[in-house]
Amino acid sequence: MSSEWPLWEVFIRGQHGLNHRHVGSLHAPDAEMAINNARDVYVRRNEGVSIWVVRSIDIVASAPSEKGPLFEPSNAKVYRHPTFFDIPDEVGHM
Amino acid sequence: MAQTIAIEAAVERSALFEFLLGMGDNTLVLGHRLSEWCGHSPALEEDIALANTALDLIGQTQLWLGLAGEVEGKGRNADDLAFLRDVREFRNLLLAERPNGDYGRTLMRQFLFDAWHYLALKGLRASSDPRIAAIAEKTSKEVAYHLERSRDLVIRLGDGTAESHARMKKALDELWSYTGEMFVNEAHDAALAAAGLAPEPESLEAEWNTLVAETLCAATLGKPQGGYMHRGGKRGLHTEHLGYVLAEMQFLQRAYPGASW
Repeated sequence: MSSEWPLWEVFIRGQHGLNHRHVGSLHAPDAEMAINNARDVYVRRNEGVSIWVVRSIDIVASAPSEKGPLFEPSNAKVYRHPTFFDIPDEVGHM
Repeated sequence: MAQTIAIEAAVERSALFEFLLGMGDNTLVLGHRLSEWCGHSPALEEDIALANTALDLIGQTQLWLGLAGEVEGKGRNADDLAFLRDVREFRNLLLAERPNGDYGRTLMRQFLFDAWHYLALKGLRASSDPRIAAIAEKTSKEVAYHLERSRDLVIRLGDGTAESHARMKKALDELWSYTGEMFVNEAHDAALAAAGLAPEPESLEAEWNTLVAETLCAATLGKPQGGYMHRGGKRGLHTEHLGYVLAEMQFLQRAYPGASW
């Protein structure tokens, strides 16, 4: 039966102030049931204070075949990391 | 005079013990029934959700039977009461021991019970005994979710395909005659209500009827009208099904008394 239900991606916010994080996926016939199922499957141990679900087919992903052009150019650009600045002592921990 | 008060206190204590056994036995037997689905549900998500409900109910059993043992004052704890009593000493509703049947029947049984459970706990939150009020407060949040879920699924399946509608209708017809028992006052109930410990069972009926009628209407199933109602569970007169439940549940403690891990 569950194979006929659409797939949903589940995002849980662990604490107030933190971001929702992807925790996994599940099957459900609609959004309301997806929230209920997410509650039963992913927040059984007090993991969260908020749940988002989104249909998996609505997620647009980058293509693995394009990972060269997409990601490799940034490999060799260490100057984009802000590690070359002298931070004054008065600033303290950043 | 002092003797009269002592007798009254004793009457009330045994009445309270009976009542607490009823609460704990309902959650224990139904929790066990639901656990029978573990690994067999029609979908992974449903399997986990139903097992969660079963665990909630078993957790609630520890609270109710723990308090029952305390009130009884004979040194029995929740485990003793769960594993070392025989069928005739169980006080659960007959509805709780009904076999699971198909998934639709399990959900219909759950909804009919959850609706009662929710209302019963709502009343118990105002109990004059702070221990009862505290358990009711804690467990009513779990039960509010159980009701939301079972109600939602009863509506979806009742108002679903021709097949799911027919199954839910059959389940309702089979289970309906086990609902009347929820609202039957037993001998001890008036004393408990007078002491402000627990509302009388019959006082929950009107609200339950409204809630159930509204849900069954949304599920396109319609609420059955009256009819013959089974009773006896609250007095220890059970159907043959409870014996099989206890045989499986109590086997280990019966075969190896005192075994623990």
